[in-house]
Amino acid sequence: MRNYQAVIIGGGSAGLAAAVTLKQKGIEDILVLEKDGEAGGILNQCIHNGFGLQTFKEQLSGPAYAERFEDQAEQLNVEIKLNTMVTGLNAQRQITYVNPDEGYVTISADAVILAVGCYERSRGAVEIPGERPSGIYTAGQAQRYLNIDGYLVGKKVFILGSGDIGLIMARRMTLEGAKVYGVAELMPYSNGLPRNMKQCLEDFGIPLYLSHTVTKIYGHDRLEGIDIAKVGPDRKPVPGSEIHFDVDTLLLSVGLIPENHLGDEAGIEMDPRTRGPVVDESYMTGIRGIFACGNGLHVHDLVDFVSLQAARAAEGAARYIREGEPEGRTVNTAAGENVLYVVPGKIHTDNVPGHTEFFFRVRKPMDDAVLTVRAGSKVIRTVRKKKLIPSEMERLLLTQKQLTGLEGDLVIEVREN
Amino acid sequence: MYDVVIIGAGITGTMLARDLSRYKLKVALIDKENDIADGATMANSAIVHTGYDPEDGTLKALLNPEGARIYDTLLDDLGCRYRTAGAYIAACGPEEEAHLDVLADRADRRGIPYEWLTGDEARRNEPNLNDQVTKVLNFYTTKIIYPWEVAIACAEVAVGNGVELYLNSPCTGIDKTESGYTVHTPEHDFETKLIVNAAGVCADQINAMVGKPRFEMRPKKGEYFVIDNNVHYVDHIIFPVPSAKGKGVLAVPTVYGNTLIGPNSDYIASTTDTGSSFQGLDYVRTNIVRIMKNAPLNRSIRNFAGLRPSSSVSDFIIEEAADAPGFVNAASIESPGLASAPAVSKYIIENILRDKLEWTENPDAVMTRERPVVMAELSEEERAEMIRKNPLYGRIICRCEQISEGEIVDCIRRPCGAHTVKGVKKRVRPGMGRCQGGFCEPRVLAILARELNISPLDVVLDSKASRILCQENR
Ligand SMILES: Cc1cc2nc3c(=O)[nH]c(=O)nc-3n(C[C@H](O)[C@H](O)[C@H](O)COP(=O)(O)OP(=O)(O)OC[C@H]3O[C@@H](n4cnc5c(N)ncnc54)[C@H](O)[C@@H]3O)c2cc1C
Ligand SMILES: Cc1cc2nc3c(=O)[nH]c(=O)nc-3n(C[C@H](O)[C@H](O)[C@H](O)COP(=O)(O)OP(=O)(O)OC[C@H]3O[C@@H](n4cnc5c(N)ncnc54)[C@H](O)[C@@H]3O)c2cc1C
Repeated sequence: MRNYQAVIIGGGSAGLAAAVTLKQKGIEDILVLEKDGEAGGILNQCIHNGFGLQTFKEQLSGPAYAERFEDQAEQLNVEIKLNTMVTGLNAQRQITYVNPDEGYVTISADAVILAVGCYERSRGAVEIPGERPSGIYTAGQAQRYLNIDGYLVGKKVFILGSGDIGLIMARRMTLEGAKVYGVAELMPYSNGLPRNMKQCLEDFGIPLYLSHTVTKIYGHDRLEGIDIAKVGPDRKPVPGSEIHFDVDTLLLSVGLIPENHLGDEAGIEMDPRTRGPVVDESYMTGIRGIFACGNGLHVHDLVDFVSLQAARAAEGAARYIREGEPEGRTVNTAAGENVLYVVPGKIHTDNVPGHTEFFFRVRKPMDDAVLTVRAGSKVIRTVRKKKLIPSEMERLLLTQKQLTGLEGDLVIEVREN
Repeated sequence: MYDVVIIGAGITGTMLARDLSRYKLKVALIDKENDIADGATMANSAIVHTGYDPEDGTLKALLNPEGARIYDTLLDDLGCRYRTAGAYIAACGPEEEAHLDVLADRADRRGIPYEWLTGDEARRNEPNLNDQVTKVLNFYTTKIIYPWEVAIACAEVAVGNGVELYLNSPCTGIDKTESGYTVHTPEHDFETKLIVNAAGVCADQINAMVGKPRFEMRPKKGEYFVIDNNVHYVDHIIFPVPSAKGKGVLAVPTVYGNTLIGPNSDYIASTTDTGSSFQGLDYVRTNIVRIMKNAPLNRSIRNFAGLRPSSSVSDFIIEEAADAPGFVNAASIESPGLASAPAVSKYIIENILRDKLEWTENPDAVMTRERPVVMAELSEEERAEMIRKNPLYGRIICRCEQISEGEIVDCIRRPCGAHTVKGVKKRVRPGMGRCQGGFCEPRVLAILARELNISPLDVVLDSKASRILCQENR
């Protein structure tokens, strides 16, 4: 069986960035496996601008951003197998893939990096009652039909969920001549980035119905209409508050979920909150030599952080390949009050390799809040935050010194002032 | 002149079409929908009940045990997937346990095997069984199937043997003629000696075209959650003790590793409304806890609802209409209609059609069907061989269920092949997984357009009017 130093599963922005970093760190014998016919992942269908502000200090389209990494990968002679689907992964880091040229092949690797991206929550997962006609799509699906295949899915559109893809599609479909009647969001606040709320809805006069959900689907063949209704504090529809829209299209933008099929198969421990693997500060999962990053780890809103995180995972993998597993004690991290999740889920407290950056999301919008990091009863850091919203991922650096020798779970919590 | 026109291509109609195709008869199978098995056969619990449940003296009691026995060999003959999962009927307390005795007694008399388990024994095998469960009756020969796969397989056999299949052909009227009937559909008229009415929830409407039906259809809706196949919830089918309202809310494993949780049972006024509702799903949610714990409803990937073809008569109605000679009802085929279907077909032929037709066996008839290639079911060597012969078997289209382009192309090109996105989904399953087609639907649509040589704009989800794309973008 062919053994590689590192195999990267997924050739999206995370996978490409990880490959580039591995090469730069001198890990030469690597392979990227990508199921699609081209690398770049979800970026290929994101033809709008807004990528790379942090990394390249300029506004790029998704494909342009991906191309920068593809070019680097090419210069560094990264081997990428396209049209190649990974179908199996085990704890011994054996990987089975299939493609039309080679059929099913099993290989192994000293280190595996999972960069598999995420999938969109579907109608079934959000329980929208009513019939099941055509005309109901996830926002990303409609985006693919439009931006890759060149077809508009409908002319009279409503959008459920204020996730970013839905907002971007509201603008895109409007510009293509469709009428977008509105966006309904179950929560009392938006789940999209503020800039998308402004540029995609407000600028086009598309109404946002907060604390609303779709309560009924009409149409046996093609979608003919929907009802939306206000929801109470229990998030259940309030009878009598229904509004009807005659629409032929309903887009769902109700959340993204890390794709963890392979991780499950390998027996990797998952975090029920992120629905991705639990990793340490080097992005190693609970299984030695298997790393995870990008949307397959937890859902990101900015690609720049995906690239950044993937580079760190690659550094972790390079170190593991050379030096083996980090030694010493670990503590778990935990999402405290008002915090939805924290990544990484555990950290080493002996031989801390340097600064560690934590990614987390808050549960609700807060103006003027205090963020506290503590281990047991010991407060390690407090930060005053002017504005916190669930749709924007937060980052927090802790130094080597702050992390060394910690006792008890490391908790991040946020209190409103 | 047709010998028989069968109205309705659900499990009842397709099974009969297959059995008739053994003989030199001219048979048409017509359905109003754009694919086979779009009615009750598409949305149910998918259980081949062994036959302990129906009351003595009913047609159900006669046909269900026999149907289940025929399936023992039929499913292999048709190349259909099944699993002998076993059915636990779970009783909580003495009152319900007493009812288990009634079922066991019926099973004894009908030759149906079972075993008794204590609550604890059952919980060892099924840890998610509720702590209140005190005793379990295990009908361990109970099978689960993919119901529409069986109907499609039957239709393939029937069409292969010369039965004519007409989809998109609603029967809109029937006239009496000297030698039989004329069945009208928008595009064809069928002169026929005999009619079998297997029109599911619409059976009373069809009957009313020739006479006065002695029954009225009263569709009963059943709604479900489908749980992701990465959640291992149950191995066996788990039932509460049946009550007057029906078989109750169950947990049913599917042949592809998902779990169904449902159904409720509500009379509705429509014959087409297969929509789900907050109330219906809430009923399921609050009633599954009677026998189960940890119900993983938060891992649901889909809801669906089916309409039981129930009627004012609480038994199957399989008989020639009294006022319309040569018009045969196969109506009121509610549960266990799936399990009984092979016996229903046999019963129609032997007890009703026997004297009305000439029965010469067709020496060329092939009654079996080879299973289509399913890559996931092959050994490593077999898969390598398949991909060497046709590289499309190495191109995975559906990432959740790992289905290759080769399998999708096969299902389009077969007799009675798929020509809709849902048709592909029914036959080879892309879109059945957790992303519900989010990734693969655009790819399946492109393959359909290519294979059928039509514009992507003309590819439909299911019915002819269910277009997916609206216009080309510049
Ligand atoms: C629609 C949308 C709009 C966005 N808009 C913006 C924006 O405006 N600005 C911004 O900065 N960020 C934006 N983002 C966020 C950012 O672009 C993404 O989070 C980032 O691209 C994710 O990268 P990834 O590599 O983790 O995942 P992906 O890009 O999804 O890549 C995963 C790759 O893995 C492959 N793969 C998966 N499973 C397998 C397998 N078993 N075998 C082989 N290959 C496999 C997939 O085919 C895919 O190519 C947006 C995200 C989305 C989804
Ligand atoms: C919720 C639920 C759970 C069930 N669980 C089970 C189970 O676990 N085990 C079991 O054995 N049974 C079960 N059943 C029962 C089983 O599904 C039915 O008995 C069986 O599918 C009936 O098949 P059919 O072919 O008679 O009807 P259908 O499958 O409904 O077929 C009737 C066909 O007639 C066509 N048709 C109607 N009107 C016209 C017209 N005018 N012209 C042309 N065509 C027409 C329809 O399009 C349809 O395709 C369940 C049913 C439901 C709803």
